[in-house]
Amino acid sequence: MTDTSQTPLVQLKDISISFGGIRAVDHVSLDLYPGEVVGLLGHNGAGKSTLIKILSGAYQKDGGEIWIEGKKVDITSPRDARDYNIETIYQTLALADNLDAASNLFLGRELVTATGFVDDAKMESETAKIMARLNPNFRKLKEPVSALSGGQRQSVAIARAVYFNAKILIMDEPTAALGVHETQMVADLIQELKKQGLGIFLISHDTREMLELCDRVSVMKNGKLVGTERVEDVTEDDILSMIIMGKKPDKAA
Amino acid sequence: MIARFIRETELDTRLLGMLGALAIIWIGFHLYGQIVNGFGAFLTPRNLWNLSVQTASIGIMATGMVLVIITRHIDLSVGSMLGFCAIIMGVVQVNILPQFLGLGHPMIWVIAVIVGILCGSFIGAFHGALIAYGKIPAFIVTLGGLLVWRGAAFLVARGETISPVDPTFALMGGGPYGAIGATGSWIVGLLGCAAVLGLIVMGRRKRKIFHIAQRPIWAESFLALVGCGAVIGAVLLVNAYPWPRGIVRRYAEAEGITVPEGGLFISHGFAIPVLILVGVAIFMTILMSRTRFGRYVYAIGGNPEAAELAGINTRWMTVKIFALMGALTGLSAVVASARLGSATNALGTLDELYVIAAAVIGGTSLAGGVGTIYGAILGALVMQSLQTGMVLIGFDAAIQQVVVGSVLVLAVYLDILYRRKSK
Repeated sequence: MTDTSQTPLVQLKDISISFGGIRAVDHVSLDLYPGEVVGLLGHNGAGKSTLIKILSGAYQKDGGEIWIEGKKVDITSPRDARDYNIETIYQTLALADNLDAASNLFLGRELVTATGFVDDAKMESETAKIMARLNPNFRKLKEPVSALSGGQRQSVAIARAVYFNAKILIMDEPTAALGVHETQMVADLIQELKKQGLGIFLISHDTREMLELCDRVSVMKNGKLVGTERVEDVTEDDILSMIIMGKKPDKAA
Repeated sequence: MIARFIRETELDTRLLGMLGALAIIWIGFHLYGQIVNGFGAFLTPRNLWNLSVQTASIGIMATGMVLVIITRHIDLSVGSMLGFCAIIMGVVQVNILPQFLGLGHPMIWVIAVIVGILCGSFIGAFHGALIAYGKIPAFIVTLGGLLVWRGAAFLVARGETISPVDPTFALMGGGPYGAIGATGSWIVGLLGCAAVLGLIVMGRRKRKIFHIAQRPIWAESFLALVGCGAVIGAVLLVNAYPWPRGIVRRYAEAEGITVPEGGLFISHGFAIPVLILVGVAIFMTILMSRTRFGRYVYAIGGNPEAAELAGINTRWMTVKIFALMGALTGLSAVVASARLGSATNALGTLDELYVIAAAVIGGTSLAGGVGTIYGAILGALVMQSLQTGMVLIGFDAAIQQVVVGSVLVLAVYLDILYRRKSK
C-alpha cells in the first residue's frame, strides 16, 4: 500500500521532550508517507499528544530533528507548522467559542479586502461552500460556535484543515465527541483525503477503529515508542498487548 | 407586539435596556430637582452639554478598557497614567517648548498632544510587556502602575500645578471657545444623518449578497428616522445652549460688534472633546469589527489557547492592546487637562474605577470574549449622568459614592440575569 521508496512527508528523528524532569517523549522516531494514515496508540499520558504537539508547533522539542519532505526544518510556533502545510485538529477542538464558524475557520489567516479590512462576505461564502461539502446539514453560519453541537464544531475544525490544503494532517481524537453518523463522516473524509495524497497522523483510543482507518500503527508507552507495525501484520490482540505490556508481538511464533 | 417590533427591527435588547436606564436616570433627576428643589436642572441644554463634555474623558478610556477586559485582563493604572501624561504635557508646553519656540507658537499644542499620546502608549506597552512576557498578572502590574505613575507625576513637577496650558491646547477641553458653534454643528449633524442612511443602505445591499432576509421597509424607515432624529435632536440641543453673557461681551469687544439690547445669542454647538470622543468611537468600532486586530482580540478573549494554536502571537497582541489603552489614556489626559486649563498630579484620581465600571455596565464581560465599543460609551454616559445628577440635586460626596458603587453591582447583576435568560 505505502510506497516506501518515496521521500517521506514527515520524519521525526529521535524526538525528546521533558516537563519538569519527566520525559514525556523519550527518543521517539516516526515517519509518514504521502497518502498514508499512521495511527498513534497508547494509554493516557503515553506521550502521543505531546509528540504530535511538537510537530504542530505548540511545544518545543528538547532534542531530535524534524524533516519535512526530505529537508530538515525548524518548527518553533504553530505559524511555522502552518507554513509547512501541517494542519492540526486538536482534541479540545481549539475553537474560539464566541466567534462564528467563518471567523474560526479563517482565524489567523483572515481574507482581507484590497483596503486591508477583513472580508467577512468572502469568508462567509467560502465557509458556506466548504461546509456544504463536508457537512451538508450545517446551517448555523452566523452563530457563535458555542451554539453548535459537538459534530458541527468538529466539522468547523476539520473544514479549517481541509480548506487550507494541508499536506500533513494531524488528528487528535477526531471522533471522541461524536455520534455514530458523524464518526462515519470523519472516517469517509479520512479516506478521501488519503486518496488526495495527504499524510495523516491519527490519535485515538479505539483500537478497532484504528485498524480500519490506518495503514500503520505506532504504539507508545511511558514516552517511549514500543513499535510500529503495518496493520495487515497484526491483530487487535497484538496491539492491545503492545499498549498494555509495552512489548512487540512475537513474530517468530 | 413589542416582541415582534424588536424582532423585525433587530434592535439589541441590551442596548434598549441601557437607553431605558439612561432615560429613567435623566427624567428621575429632573423630576426630583423640580419637586424637591423647585427647579429641574437636569434636562436643560446647559446641563446636557456639560454632561457630554464630562463624559468625553471617561468615554475615550472606556473604549480601550473594552479591549483589555475582553482579553481577560484589567487595567487599574489608567487614572494615574492620565495624571502622569497630563503633567508631562504640562511641562512640555509650559516649561520647555516656549523656551525654544516662543510663547504661543502654533506648534506647541501639536507637540504637546503627540508627547502625551506617546507617553501613554509607552507606559501601556511597558505594562503589556510585563504582563505578556514577564507573565505577571495584569491586576498586579497595573496595581503597581496605579501607585508608581501617581507618584511619578508628583515627582516630575514636585507637586506643583502647571498652568496655564497653551490657549489652542485648551480648546480640546471644551468651553465656549472649545465648541464648534451652530453652523459647524449643523454640518456635523448632516454628516451624521448621511452616515445613518448610508449604513442602512449598505446593510441592505450586504444582506442581498449574503441572501439574508431583509428587514421590512417600515423597520428600516423607523431606524432611519430614530437615528437621524437623535442626531438632529443633539444638534438642536447643543445649539440651544448660548454662550454666557460675560464671554459674549468680551468676544463682541474683541471683534468690534455692538451687542443689541436683548443680548447676543451665540450657540455653543458640539464641544470639541465630544467630537474627539465620537472620532475615537468610530475608529475603535472599525478597528474591532473590520480588522484582523479586532478579530484577534475577540478570539483571544474567547479561547486564548485556540488563538495561540491558530498562529496568533497572543503575547505581542497583549502588548499592543495595552499600548492602545495607554494611547487613549494619553488622549484623555489631553481632554482632562485642557478642560481644567492646567495640569495637576491629582488629575484622573479614581478614573480607573469609573472607566472599568463604564465598560462593565456597557456589557463587557469580565469572563472575556464579549464587549462592544458603543456599550462602553453608553456605560460612561450612565456613570457620568449619575454623578452629575447627584451633584445637581445636592447629594454630598459620601452619598454619591454609595450610589455609584451600588449601581455598578446592580448593573452587573442585571447583566448576568439577562445573559442567563438569553442563553
